[in-house]
Amino acid sequence: MKELFAILIGAILVENFVLTKFLGICPFLGVSQKTSTALGMSGAVTFVLVISQAVTWLTNEYLLKPYGLEYLQTIAFILVIATLVQFVETVLKKTMPALYKALGVYLPLITTNCAVLGSALIFVERDYTFIQSVVFGFAAGLGFTLALILFSGIRERLETADIPEAFKGMPITLIAASLVSITFMGFAGLIIS
Amino acid sequence: MEKKKKSLGSIFLDGIINQNPAFRLLLGNCPSLAITTLAKNGVGMGLAATFVLVGSNLFISLLRKIIPEKVRIPCFIVVIASFTTIVEMIMAAFLPELDKELGIYIPLIVVNCIIFARAEMFAQKNPPVESFMDGIGMGTGFMIAITIIGSVRELLGSGTWMGIPVTVNLFEPATFFILPPGGFLVMGLLIALFNKVFKVKDPRTIEDKEVGCCAVGCQGCANAANGGETV
Repeated sequence: MKELFAILIGAILVENFVLTKFLGICPFLGVSQKTSTALGMSGAVTFVLVISQAVTWLTNEYLLKPYGLEYLQTIAFILVIATLVQFVETVLKKTMPALYKALGVYLPLITTNCAVLGSALIFVERDYTFIQSVVFGFAAGLGFTLALILFSGIRERLETADIPEAFKGMPITLIAASLVSITFMGFAGLIIS
Repeated sequence: MEKKKKSLGSIFLDGIINQNPAFRLLLGNCPSLAITTLAKNGVGMGLAATFVLVGSNLFISLLRKIIPEKVRIPCFIVVIASFTTIVEMIMAAFLPELDKELGIYIPLIVVNCIIFARAEMFAQKNPPVESFMDGIGMGTGFMIAITIIGSVRELLGSGTWMGIPVTVNLFEPATFFILPPGGFLVMGLLIALFNKVFKVKDPRTIEDKEVGCCAVGCQGCANAANGGETV
């Protein structure tokens, strides 16, 4: 239990996916313009992360490992994730139209979100058990949510700021991200063993 | 430049300056921020990405008449993932040190938007030779860009370049630059500098037409390039 808690806190704060591992930078910069879209995107990412962690873990353990096919991990994982995202989209559309309405537009973007494939590769690297990988996926999603929402608040303010010509758009956004990232460095000492 | 068809040379140059993937199209941000703590890593990552880009561009271009429109995205993913796996194996076998340094970011080349975007925007519409050249141009542009980011961060953060001590007596290296926030900062400043030097009036206008039509999968990136205006 203590171990799971360590994974949870670790993935949310200490090794925040976006701000310290640079996974999922595209949506972080792309959809953090407004807090409402940031919420939708991070909800969708968390949702897919949890399911994909479970499915890729099972794929790895029962399909790739027994046949010594670990070298096909990259191909297998990305295909599983792509299929899964499609599947989740279809199921949500049929069974939970309300949730689909909230998350629907963000789902297709998630296939190529590095956070999803990244966390699958991390659980292999760290040899997590099934429960651990699912918790890790959930925590990574929460960390992503936290970063995205914090950042969208800042960007809403940047909208009205007076910025030098060359810095408009991406440069100033990256510099703001750098400042947010500094604050997260403060959690680096927070290691629970 | 009155010819309708672009010459191979200009396709190559496009990738380096006009459409530099990291500085202009703002694609593939994850690796350009994550592994650029050392200039050496930038070169390694750039080479790996170039290999995948050239391979996948060439193959997708060759297969462009066979791949059905509707299932093109899964097809692209398979081609790209195969080349990434090849790179992974080559790296692990011949450059184990670099492989360790780059870690999960090598398999993550699969989801690098640059490769996806070029497949979608260039390779599936153009013949193999041009696509091959586009891959080399884009890859080189990406490699140059991340090597520059890596050099700046390494110089300021560790006081070395390619592992050679440079600033021993000049100043104390600031560890900040090799930490994640330094990555964001250096990247932001370099893009601003690039905009200034190449006189990009409004950096958004170019990407609107170039990346706006990008595949569903990398729309997140396309939006990032558009300054996050859509979605």
